Amino acid sequence: MNRAEPWQTAEIPGPKKALVISKPEIVAGMVKRAKRPILIVGHKASETEIGEEKMIDYLIRFAEVSNVTVVATAHVVKEFVNRGFQPATWMPIVDIANRLKDAEWKGLDGKGRYDLALFVGIPYYMEWLILSGLKHFSSELKTVSLDKHYQPHASWSFPNITVEKWKENLDVIVDKLKQG
Amino acid sequence: MHVKIDELKSSLGTVKGLELSIGNIIEKAMAEEVGPTPFPSTVDLREWDFKLLEKYKPFYMPFCDVCCLCTFGKCDLSQSKRGACGLDMAAQQSRIVLLACCIGAATHVAHARHLVEHLVEKFGHDLKLDVGGVNVEVEAPVTRLVCGVKPETLGDLEDVLDYCETEITHLLSATHTGQEGSNLDFESKVFHAGMIDQVGMEVADIAQISAYNFPKADPDASLVNIGWGVVDSTKPVIMVVGHNVPSAIGIVDYLQDNGLQGMVEVSGLCCTAHDITRYDPKAKIVGPISWQLRYIRSGVPDVVVVDEQCIRADSLQEAQKIKAPLIASSPKNCLGLKNRTQDPVEAIVSDLVNGKAPGALILDPEKVGEVAVKTAILVAPKRKKFKVIPSVKDVIKGAKECRKCYECRRACPNDLPITEAVAEAAKGKLDALAELYDECIGCARCESACPQNLPLHSFIVRAAEKKMKGEIYKMRAGRGAIQDVEIRNVGGPIVLGEIPGVIALVGCANYPKGGKEVAEMAMEFAKRRYIVLTSGCAAMSAAMYKDENGQSPYEVYPGSFDAGGIVNVGSCVSNPHIAGAAIKIASIFAKRKLMGNYEEIADYIHNRVGAVGVAWGAMSQKAASIASGFWRLGVPVIVGPHGSKYRRMLLGRKDREEDWYVYDARTGDRVYAGPAPEHLFYAAETKEEAMVMIAKLCMRPNDTTKGRAIKLTHYIDLSRRLYGTMPDDIHLFVRTLADVPITMRDEILKVLKKSGWKERRVPDPTLLPRLIRKRKEES
Repeated sequence: MNRAEPWQTAEIPGPKKALVISKPEIVAGMVKRAKRPILIVGHKASETEIGEEKMIDYLIRFAEVSNVTVVATAHVVKEFVNRGFQPATWMPIVDIANRLKDAEWKGLDGKGRYDLALFVGIPYYMEWLILSGLKHFSSELKTVSLDKHYQPHASWSFPNITVEKWKENLDVIVDKLKQG
Repeated sequence: MHVKIDELKSSLGTVKGLELSIGNIIEKAMAEEVGPTPFPSTVDLREWDFKLLEKYKPFYMPFCDVCCLCTFGKCDLSQSKRGACGLDMAAQQSRIVLLACCIGAATHVAHARHLVEHLVEKFGHDLKLDVGGVNVEVEAPVTRLVCGVKPETLGDLEDVLDYCETEITHLLSATHTGQEGSNLDFESKVFHAGMIDQVGMEVADIAQISAYNFPKADPDASLVNIGWGVVDSTKPVIMVVGHNVPSAIGIVDYLQDNGLQGMVEVSGLCCTAHDITRYDPKAKIVGPISWQLRYIRSGVPDVVVVDEQCIRADSLQEAQKIKAPLIASSPKNCLGLKNRTQDPVEAIVSDLVNGKAPGALILDPEKVGEVAVKTAILVAPKRKKFKVIPSVKDVIKGAKECRKCYECRRACPNDLPITEAVAEAAKGKLDALAELYDECIGCARCESACPQNLPLHSFIVRAAEKKMKGEIYKMRAGRGAIQDVEIRNVGGPIVLGEIPGVIALVGCANYPKGGKEVAEMAMEFAKRRYIVLTSGCAAMSAAMYKDENGQSPYEVYPGSFDAGGIVNVGSCVSNPHIAGAAIKIASIFAKRKLMGNYEEIADYIHNRVGAVGVAWGAMSQKAASIASGFWRLGVPVIVGPHGSKYRRMLLGRKDREEDWYVYDARTGDRVYAGPAPEHLFYAAETKEEAMVMIAKLCMRPNDTTKGRAIKLTHYIDLSRRLYGTMPDDIHLFVRTLADVPITMRDEILKVLKKSGWKERRVPDPTLLPRLIRKRKEES
């Protein structure tokens, strides 16, 4: 399954398609280099298991070792709060995408636009469309999908990978960010 | 009579280029004062549309980077490129939305045309329209509002349809290469298509209510049987599916006329099922559209009768698999069958029973009735309910052939773990397959994708057999219109905000996590004393749930248009009764002029009537046009996550204060009214998100302080329960301290203090300068 093709077979993209994250260090490097990174977390983060834990547990660690601003979509804010983590805000995925598209938007804190947006845990087809909207109407913004399925409308995405491989990659990303 | 008016000036405005070929409908209209936009053209309401689009800007999410609609293409439109015709991506996306809405509107209007033609032939032009006797004086609120006429007979409806057909042709022509170039003008035309769609649907429903004597605005319409388990499969069974009911009525009439009632089961799916139970409460409903394939494959139907819309294109092939003859009864859906309309009944029946023909096209509803019944009675003993659902043993055997290629899962719209469930089945455990049943939308894409040709959908159906047989529920038959007296009773509490909102659960069955979520939403808001309306497949899904006492929502909650009611208006074409209720609040309760006065009524609804549409499983182009009819009235619509595939949202920005100013009609001042409602069209990711947003989108600038406090209570309470936290935007919705719910006062005051909140006035809101009663400079 290690192929750069959409997870849902009929979701044919192109001509412009996401670059494949061949090494997790690429993501860690992008987060470190970004001036204003933002992480958008969908509800599936609290349902998806990665090894012994849920995706959301990994994402909290990810946020704690990076300077990323976390936005929770749908009802996943409840799971963050239950785990003692307060995201910067929560709002529907279409709302945060609509703001990211806006060249005039100064961000949640009014300090300026985000330059890197990472997405995870949103239903595949919905994330597919959201990333398409940003690809077409927000050309300055780099987008990354952290899900285990290829998202062709992101700037960067993992290919379709197994849970084991996914966990391996995510662990490396957190480790690299921790190292600073 | 042919009327042509180049320019008509009146104190209300100017009407240009009005041309009508109609009977006496204009003279009837003249009895009431007609507003500025009777029979509006594609541009007459453009300014109103632009006001809405200024607040709710389109957010496009292209399905495709290219355009392939002409031979210039394919053209790559990504990253600000323009196609060979000059069109950019935003305009291309809105053009596709317009195409979808034209398809939807054309489908309903053509449905109405066929129905009205048939009914005129059967009952005559002069049959009086009657949708609720003395309880409903405003019989066609949408038609009156849009067209400025008051239809009184079936024949009058033909004139209204002439207008609809003309407009759809104009709209469709705008999508041709080298026509419209602005995305906002495409969007305005989308709204126009939706408005026309509402008129077409209203025509269809008031025609069938009047002619077939469906429930007439009856809050106590019969409770009818719904669910797989309600069908008596020991009898010959006729399955009817689609949306246009005359052929199904032909079946019921034939049974009645020949003393055969009770000897043959008439079971329906989708909107034909709604309408057949409005005609005969003894008819049975199997379920929404997604039950189509599983019901055919079960072998229960002995004859399948299809009419139009939302019918599986492979229904003939599927019917052949179970050796059930199929009768196609609509010119829109002939399925390649020989037209037998002029043949003798006995010859057709003989061919179907003996298997000489797999089916027949019969374009005569009465003949369909006779052929279907006679065929079912003769075929049933031969078929012995032959089915194609494999045995448990065969499921296990088949599962062992699975190569774990994941093509099934990758084809599944809901990414269901089919591969994993099949792996379990290979070990003899069918529970995982049975679990898929609740969230399966019945599309069978998994089967098409399987390289081993495993009948995976049938595997799921077999595994969930027990569950399916236990599907026995009650649904209140579609009641049609809302009574004028009901509007008078609740108009005040709705406009003042004391009834916190009117929630319309409508649309198809493309659910992300099964139909249960619709029932849960319906009950949650009915419990909270909102008025909950239902229609179409969503009305059925709302029924297919039982509480701890074994009762369905329609048994627990009353069918009256009042706080705490769950009100099934009927099939897809009954949706205008929902829009009509909002329109009647403006015209009957608030006494705003109705005829041809679209802008003013829409302005009233948008600013005062806390109504929200929820199309949780919206799938079709019709659902798109239905939604757009609500958008033009300023009513927000929420769709489920699959609704994001409509590829365009209409989103407000609550963080942009400048977007939320209205005129205070008392003074002409521009007043900040807050983001109410925040969005016009929006896809929610989960049911929980939708529920919080429903409560929020019910707020309107006109709410009284008491009403706003009630609405805030629900919004905050749902946020706390489902999000585990207080909303972070309360300060935008509190206008004065009197808006603050007493029970949450301390907590909210803290939030207000932190946000730097300042008290502001409650305006008499309008977006239309012409409705300002006294301009500031005049005072």
